[in-house]
Amino acid sequence: MWNRDRWREMFYTLSKNKLRTGLSGFTVSLGIFIFVLLFGFGNGLKNSFQDFFLDDATNTIWLYPGQTEKPYRGYKAKRRIIFRNDDLTDIQQNFGFYLAYITPRISRGALVKHGMESNNYTVRGIAPGHQNAEKTIITNGRYINANDLQERTKFAVVGRLVEQDLFQGKSALGENIDVGGVSYKVVGVYRDEGGDNEERLIYIPYTTRQQLEKSNDRIDQIILAFRPELGYAGAKEFEKKLNAFMRKKHFIAPNDQRGIYVRNRTADLKESQQFASILQLIVTFVGLGTLLAGIIGISNIMVYVVKERTKELGIRKAIGATPKSVVGMILHESVFITTVAGYVGLLAGVGTLAIIGDSLEEYFIINPFIGTNTAVAATLTLIAFGAIAGYIPARRAAKIKPIIALRDD
Amino acid sequence: MIDISDLHKSYKMGQNSLHVLKGIDFKADEGEMVAIMGSSGSGKSTLLNILGMLDEADAGTYILDGKEIKDLDETKAAIYRNKFLGFVFQSFNLIAYKTALENVMLPLYYQKVSRKERQTRAQKFLEQVGLGPWATHRPNELSGGQKQRVAIARALVSKPKVLLADEPTGALDSKTSYELMDVLQTINNQGITLLIVTHEEDIANMCKRIVHLRDGIIVSDKKVTQVKASQYVE
Repeated sequence: MWNRDRWREMFYTLSKNKLRTGLSGFTVSLGIFIFVLLFGFGNGLKNSFQDFFLDDATNTIWLYPGQTEKPYRGYKAKRRIIFRNDDLTDIQQNFGFYLAYITPRISRGALVKHGMESNNYTVRGIAPGHQNAEKTIITNGRYINANDLQERTKFAVVGRLVEQDLFQGKSALGENIDVGGVSYKVVGVYRDEGGDNEERLIYIPYTTRQQLEKSNDRIDQIILAFRPELGYAGAKEFEKKLNAFMRKKHFIAPNDQRGIYVRNRTADLKESQQFASILQLIVTFVGLGTLLAGIIGISNIMVYVVKERTKELGIRKAIGATPKSVVGMILHESVFITTVAGYVGLLAGVGTLAIIGDSLEEYFIINPFIGTNTAVAATLTLIAFGAIAGYIPARRAAKIKPIIALRDD
Repeated sequence: MIDISDLHKSYKMGQNSLHVLKGIDFKADEGEMVAIMGSSGSGKSTLLNILGMLDEADAGTYILDGKEIKDLDETKAAIYRNKFLGFVFQSFNLIAYKTALENVMLPLYYQKVSRKERQTRAQKFLEQVGLGPWATHRPNELSGGQKQRVAIARALVSKPKVLLADEPTGALDSKTSYELMDVLQTINNQGITLLIVTHEEDIANMCKRIVHLRDGIIVSDKKVTQVKASQYVE
């Protein structure tokens, strides 16, 4: 294998037969190139899909109050349902076993100022659990904590883009901002994978918000998370019980469609995971198909190459080449070509994916990539099949008596 | 050098079997130059192929340089061919993408001779057949006679005991044929045993012995006075 003479002989043969070498190399390169590209696109599709659906925590149930459409227990229809703080405590008391955390959310728009800069933002009054529900990533400082709720502090956590807008590149941490006429101290800055809109939010303690609004105890919506180990069935069960509990508490008819809305993220997740696995299946199928086409291509070329060289092999045998050396020569050449060409195709494919990057975002392909393992495995598969495809006809050619090979004109 | 007795060979063609060699007894000593003659279908090429281990006999014994050749697998045959035999074919059988020198070097490659030595030895043999200046030319840049001389150099470079030539002049005009025979006679005079299959009377007469084959048996075997090819070459 590492005989210098043998390598020299091989390079010589390959360079003197440029068309043949180029053709077989091209087949392999193209196969790997297309495989990498398609697989990358498939991954890109999956990426954009995940960006759409999976940016928030998935073990959450969201409760929204609505307006009843049916009279129930002496209450008229068209009654507006309002969530209050005691809903939070009641849920905690009754469903403590299921709960991971619970947080209210009170959203208000406000003009926010700092120095000469000002802008309109949505301000959310929340509890600490909200950080997990939105998968908020603190990059500087801290999130709202239990003490803030207790003390009704005027602390705020601002999004990356809020800091960018109002502080012009300087750090917002420790600075004061004016939110609708009330001064807050920035205690944290965060990032969110959910996109720009999610980074133009300001979080404050919900108790502070309630105090500002005449010390009421209203909340807009409730986000609660169940313990993930409940699984899909447990979550469904929990959702059902919770729904019944809230309807009973707020006197909403069990079949009233609009009195209260319960959205279970797990159900969404299950659907989206099914979709993701179908995508994965398509990607794998396309990848395998391309690889198969590549294998067939290289096999054809190898059969042709050996057929074309039958006479040459006959000559070599007549002047002393052993069958082993004939098979070795063909294998050596084919493995060498497929390795080099496979590597070239791999680089070209990965390079193309890098160049494409996010430019196909409007076609729902975000950050197309291919895992190193997948790419290398595909290349090795092609090399292996190139070797097998070369070995079979080479062995047959080596077995042919030289006199028959020589007769072949 | 060569000793065969009661050699049989038949080819299966569907249900029929064609008996090509029907018991050949033949001996050739070292330094002989034998012409094997016969009409087409007489079995002369088959005999040569068996002698060259390119083909196998069905029955009979074959002793080459004191070694009995039998039960050869391809690997052993390849080694024997490389060590003892040189081949010259009617259609030259040079490798098209290699230069004259590289074609001559190839048998030494399979003997694992170092590249430098392969080059020197091949160049020496090319010069011996008068093609020194043509070393870097490819076969398609050479004339028929030149190609055949490259083939002879290639056959000789591994220093064989026996040179087997199957219609070496079959594709050449008579002037070139004589030039080639001159080369072959020179080689023979250096002590190499030569077996030449031919159907041309004048070529056969340039050998030292003529064997006639007809329908798979030897019908005559006689020594002749060798006609020197050099007298036809200016």
